[in-house]
Amino acid sequence: MLEVDVKNMRQEDIAALIREADGEPLTLKSCMGQRYIGCGMKNVNLTLTGTPGNALGAYLDGGTIRVKGNAQDAVADTMNNGKMYIDGSAGDALGYAMRGGKIFIHGNAGYRAGVHMKAYGDIQPVIVIGGTAGSFLGEYLAGGTIIVLGLNREKEPITGFFCGNGMYSGRIYLRTDEKPVGLSEKLLMRKIDDEEKKSVIAPYIEEFSKEFREDYKKCMDGTFIVIEPNPKNSYKELYAAVS
Amino acid sequence: MRCNLIPSRFKVIRDNEACVSCRICVRECSYGVHSYDEEKKTLKADSTKCVDCQRCVSYCPTGALSIVLNKNTFRPNAEWSCDSLKEIYRQSESGGVLLSSMGSPVKSIPRYFDRILLNASQVTNPSIDPLREPMETKVFIGSRPERIERDERGRIKDNLPPHLELDTPILFSAMSYGAISLNVHKALAMAAKELGTYWNTGEGGLHEDLYKYGDNTIVQVASGRFGVHSRYLSAGAAVEIKIGQGAKPGIGGHLTGAKIIGDVSRTRMVPSGMDAISPAPHHDIYSIEDLRQLVSSIKEATGYLKPVIVKVAAVHNIAPIASGIARSGADIISIDGFRGGTGASPVRIRDNVGIPIEVALASVDQRLREEHIRDRVSIIASGGIHNSADVAKAIALGADAVSIGTAALIALGCHLCASCHTGKCSWGIATQEEELTKRLDPEKGAERLVNLVHAWTREIQEIMGGMGINSIEALRGNRLALRGVDLNEKELQVLGIRYAGE
Amino acid sequence: MPREGEVRIPSGCAISGIFSRDRSLVNGSVIAKSISVMHERSNGLGGGFAGYGIYPQYKDHYAIHVFYDNLQSREETERFLDRHFDIINLSKIPTRPNPRIKDAPLIWRYFVTPLPHRLSDSHLDEDEYTARCMIRINNTIGGSFVFSCGKDMGVFKAVGYPEDVADFYRLEEYDGYAWTAHGRYPTNTPGWWGGAHPFALLDLSVVHNGEISSYDANRRAVEMYGYSCNLLTDTEVITYILDYLKRKQHLSLKECANVIASPFWSTIELKDDDEKERLSYLRKMFPSFLITGPFSILVGFNGGMMALNDRLKLRSLVAAEKGRKVYFASEEAAIRVIEPELDRIWAPRGGEPVIVTLDKEVRR
Repeated sequence: MLEVDVKNMRQEDIAALIREADGEPLTLKSCMGQRYIGCGMKNVNLTLTGTPGNALGAYLDGGTIRVKGNAQDAVADTMNNGKMYIDGSAGDALGYAMRGGKIFIHGNAGYRAGVHMKAYGDIQPVIVIGGTAGSFLGEYLAGGTIIVLGLNREKEPITGFFCGNGMYSGRIYLRTDEKPVGLSEKLLMRKIDDEEKKSVIAPYIEEFSKEFREDYKKCMDGTFIVIEPNPKNSYKELYAAVS
Repeated sequence: MRCNLIPSRFKVIRDNEACVSCRICVRECSYGVHSYDEEKKTLKADSTKCVDCQRCVSYCPTGALSIVLNKNTFRPNAEWSCDSLKEIYRQSESGGVLLSSMGSPVKSIPRYFDRILLNASQVTNPSIDPLREPMETKVFIGSRPERIERDERGRIKDNLPPHLELDTPILFSAMSYGAISLNVHKALAMAAKELGTYWNTGEGGLHEDLYKYGDNTIVQVASGRFGVHSRYLSAGAAVEIKIGQGAKPGIGGHLTGAKIIGDVSRTRMVPSGMDAISPAPHHDIYSIEDLRQLVSSIKEATGYLKPVIVKVAAVHNIAPIASGIARSGADIISIDGFRGGTGASPVRIRDNVGIPIEVALASVDQRLREEHIRDRVSIIASGGIHNSADVAKAIALGADAVSIGTAALIALGCHLCASCHTGKCSWGIATQEEELTKRLDPEKGAERLVNLVHAWTREIQEIMGGMGINSIEALRGNRLALRGVDLNEKELQVLGIRYAGE
Repeated sequence: MPREGEVRIPSGCAISGIFSRDRSLVNGSVIAKSISVMHERSNGLGGGFAGYGIYPQYKDHYAIHVFYDNLQSREETERFLDRHFDIINLSKIPTRPNPRIKDAPLIWRYFVTPLPHRLSDSHLDEDEYTARCMIRINNTIGGSFVFSCGKDMGVFKAVGYPEDVADFYRLEEYDGYAWTAHGRYPTNTPGWWGGAHPFALLDLSVVHNGEISSYDANRRAVEMYGYSCNLLTDTEVITYILDYLKRKQHLSLKECANVIASPFWSTIELKDDDEKERLSYLRKMFPSFLITGPFSILVGFNGGMMALNDRLKLRSLVAAEKGRKVYFASEEAAIRVIEPELDRIWAPRGGEPVIVTLDKEVRR
């Protein structure tokens, strides 16, 4: 496997390295804030150490990116396909407008994870967050699945304020039995049964626990709630047409 | 032979093919325009009596009626308008002061709100979707001390005087019981409660049935002191001292005895059938220090639990006047602009005295800032607020909140026929005739008012969201959010805004 | 092209900060290295640093840093300083040529103390006296701009990328217990050194990322209290608001944060009664100083530092600890580059300040 120390490398040169590897496994060591790694690429097999910069894997269209550490802001912006495993935490705006592929975060996600993620046909994006998520999780969610496990948390809530505000499709699963603070009245919340747990979220959680060496049973343990849009509460009544 | 120099202004057109002679128009018209000719079995209309209140049009089940302008034309004269001639005919016939109703319709005085444009965010900071993200329109109005104080443990003491808490920066303007019906007061009170804002009694007292809405009521004290007693003063959330109003600065009020009947008489505490006169000034206020005395006496009488509002008309030296009011102990200054007005007022005063709210507000806000006292008091602007954009512009010019009178009445059905002074309001608003007042269902009225203010609030939130502002405090006095068009240097300077493109 | 102050120039940016709780000194080159990682967030139109504890030999004197357009403005300013202060030391601020730093003004430094009789005649405390004198120089003496005037601290800034600015000012020759840094991305080309950041008044300095949407509401409010926002920048108005709340209203830093990044009413509602009352009071008392729109700021002051995000956290900000040192930056990489192994790293929540101060035993 090819390994390169990229600490002092410019982002343009890193991009060239990745293109050269052409899908062969490539490890980029000691990343130091270089942005756009794997941006728009189709066929990557990357392992990163250090701290990769913003917009990691933006528009990613296939392949796998693994980060052994934290990632910064705007990870997987508008991601289309492929997989991303972050064995640490992610910054703000994770998976913005993501349309396909899967993201697994071992630690926490910052503010605005999964904003306006959307699904079309068979293309169903998924984000699994092992720790907690910041405010505005899944805001404007238009499709896909977000799962937050809240592992190893103490007093802090599993998500911040305004969870799922304005979502109109898709689902947010939280491993808790507490209603997120200030949940919008336009959303529905319910506890899921074992059947849904098994058929819908178990495969993703299994993949998560395997990747990050977490105990699967522990990850599945306890109550999960799901947040969905309330179909009865649309925004139509807000408008008065001027004839 | 009778000669009528003033031709009727409107013509009632009836589509005889559509008309089914149901006579609803006869019943609905309170001005006696429509009648049924029993012999000929047809409906007639006397257009000379028509005020174009649109009541008959709105209620005609077959859409057979329309009211149009009379096409009859006086010989065109660039110097003398048709209206000028009519006014002279009218005054030479009667010897009277011209009387009309509602705010000034004068076209030659600009509506500055229409020449101000609002900003929006692009790239350098994000706009906000108010339907999905937090967007706060809540505002507290009242006065503030100069500094914070701490207790012996170092905790901040609550040294704030009482404030009014508004869920949206829109209040209902003062309109008195007597000038308008009890049902209108009821509708306003219910709507204010539902909306988390305030309605204002005007100067005619508070009807017994409405004391229960006290938490959302501003009780007014005007020069006539109608219905003012200590229970009244304590009934509301705030007390407003009315010095003047936009439609008739410097002019008192005159409610004819015909309207002082029954509960109006009882509420105002004046004998039935007797005219109710509001003196032009408060005869206990001949100077600014006297205002301080009145403010203080009201605070004393209400145990310092209620903010005191002083309402003035926007006149030429409004900035120093407002400064004087701010230093009088008043908590809130309410400024009513040139175009304000519901109910009757003398035409010449209405159309020639005072200044538009936009410039008055801008100069007051700036002056209070120059004197370092803007944060000590709050400002309510009124007089010409037509829509939510006007509200946003007024706040960006420096208002804490606005109040709406005309727009509220329009929501209740008013068609601005400017006939309030006749007491025959066909929509049951500006009348005390039972047959007419019952036309307005207070519950339905309240619902319409709530809808209107909710809709405006949503629009204000859209406007704020576009600017990337999510709390109304950050819009207040934020004049960079505004740009002018079709304004000269002086106007821009007074408004404190830049020209579009600058 | 209008100069900064004649036109409002919004800008995006990068920020970085280091604070040693135990007062151990950090060389200026360290903060320069941190901010340079975020090169992408600046566009070469402004960079700067603020260092604390950098002038131990003059720690009881105000260190006045001034940009002069010409000799005449210098002479006039020095006459003014002479009339109002005892000037202990004056010199050019040492610089070295850097090919990317151009059009440098004359840059001078003075260590001063208010003339005792002038100070007592003014009936002001020495901070207020000094602040007013500096504001007067900036407002009335053409071609002079005081850009730093605190005790035992100094601002160094220029038009250029931060790493070039550090090189130009020979930042490696300074050691301080706290540093903040800024790389600027203005949406216009001001080409004026005074407009670079940090912005400072007395020992209070602010670096800031984001464009606030409440700008003019805040500006017009703070100008009521004797401030004059000449630069029309967000950083300037934030600095003045903090100075007003902290120095004149005697609010604690946490209270200042609760004013400028007040929680939403819906969030205040969730707090316990005492906290609800406290937060409501601050919001009702100082509504004009609520700042909306995106910002992350680092506020430096003698003996401490505060990091704060807007309440929606529209700008990124990361905090970290290693031993007695605390780090802040717009991006994690800017911290890792100077301290790869951290004890703790976290993202402070929107509107919740992180305030660090010197350990008791090393306070002076």
